[in-house]
Amino acid sequence: MTEKAYEDIPGTFVFDADRSRQGYWLNQFCISLSKEVNRQAFRDDPEAHMAKFKMTEDQKQAVRDRDWNGLLALGGNIYYTSKLAAFDGIVFQDLAAMMSGMTREDYRQMMVDGGRSVEGNRYKSEWEKK
Amino acid sequence: MAKITAGIACSHVPAIGVAMDQHITEQPYWQPVFEGFEFSREWNKKNKPDVVFLVYNDHCTAFDASCIPTFALGCAAEFTPADEGWGPRPVPVVKNHQELASHIAQSLILDEFDMTIMNEMDVDHGLTVPLSVMFGDKTPEDDWGTLVIPLAVNVVQYPAPTANRCYKLGQSIKKAIESWPEDINVHIYGTGGMSHQLQSERAGLINATWDQQFMDILVNEPEKARQIDHVEFLRETGSEGIEMVMWLVMRGALEEKVTEVHRHYHVPASNTAVGHLILENHA
Ligand SMILES: [Fe+2]
Repeated sequence: MTEKAYEDIPGTFVFDADRSRQGYWLNQFCISLSKEVNRQAFRDDPEAHMAKFKMTEDQKQAVRDRDWNGLLALGGNIYYTSKLAAFDGIVFQDLAAMMSGMTREDYRQMMVDGGRSVEGNRYKSEWEKK
Repeated sequence: MAKITAGIACSHVPAIGVAMDQHITEQPYWQPVFEGFEFSREWNKKNKPDVVFLVYNDHCTAFDASCIPTFALGCAAEFTPADEGWGPRPVPVVKNHQELASHIAQSLILDEFDMTIMNEMDVDHGLTVPLSVMFGDKTPEDDWGTLVIPLAVNVVQYPAPTANRCYKLGQSIKKAIESWPEDINVHIYGTGGMSHQLQSERAGLINATWDQQFMDILVNEPEKARQIDHVEFLRETGSEGIEMVMWLVMRGALEEKVTEVHRHYHVPASNTAVGHLILENHA
């Protein structure tokens, strides 16, 4: 693997070819949930529906736990994992709040106040100092 | 001859479409977002395009992880608004100018851009939200009021095409459109952005200073804007801010000098900074 200039951005998973390879079946599982027939199958028997995709045990566990950041760490991409959140009835903004460890009210207020500042959030080294 | 008379940049936040579909645009949260589009709708009526060339990205709707084309040109007769998991948006089917789309595909490929040609494709909020913004409320029984040629750009899997590549593609699109014999008025849209991050612990990132500077140089110093690299987009504008490379396609298809007739910027719409420009070609 070559060095990646974007790996020092904190709190961010850049969805590159390595992550895409790692998360392929996890993402294909998630995207299946954009079709009602698959949502019904997952509702009826979550394990049986997951078994149709060659996910690792870690990935399946992260799905069971709805470990939103864990899913990203295991190769999931947000446009895919958000379909699992939508399946649970979670709106995008609340998903964003969960991933950043905030309450939905605090997150919503932060956005209304102009969003999360880029100051102090550009480099991992800035987060380590905190 | 076909002529590109204007370029439009516009965020395509799904929540903007939802707000229109649910008729809540007058609510205090949404009012400032839509206020900035009032001028645009009037302008659009006065400068009505025959064809919109619309650069957007698909959000894993038409393309899942199994196929990721960098540049996919819509050549089908029409495109159906997709079901993105909560039912399709109640908006009209999108109709293509199919002969012109085929001409552009051929012209781009002979100009050494290796395009993917889509003869069937559903379109998601990335395409329909900017149309709603510019053309106003429409029902599925209506007509959009323009023909649309969609160009889907991969910005989901890293790397997206570079800003410079997008700009060059825009230049080639200009050549293609302006070699079409029909006397028609064409607008080009660059959609997505502005700063936003939808994922992980840095979700909610907004960089208004950077966004405004980007709009300034995109308009007046495109030679500078085309040199912005991916890491700058990712670090400064959030992982999904990379969508702004699509604004470079639009800019590349315009004249070197343009007139900025409208700018709108607002934070937030859901998780995103909304940015919007109308640029007119001289002459
Ligand atoms: Fe987008």
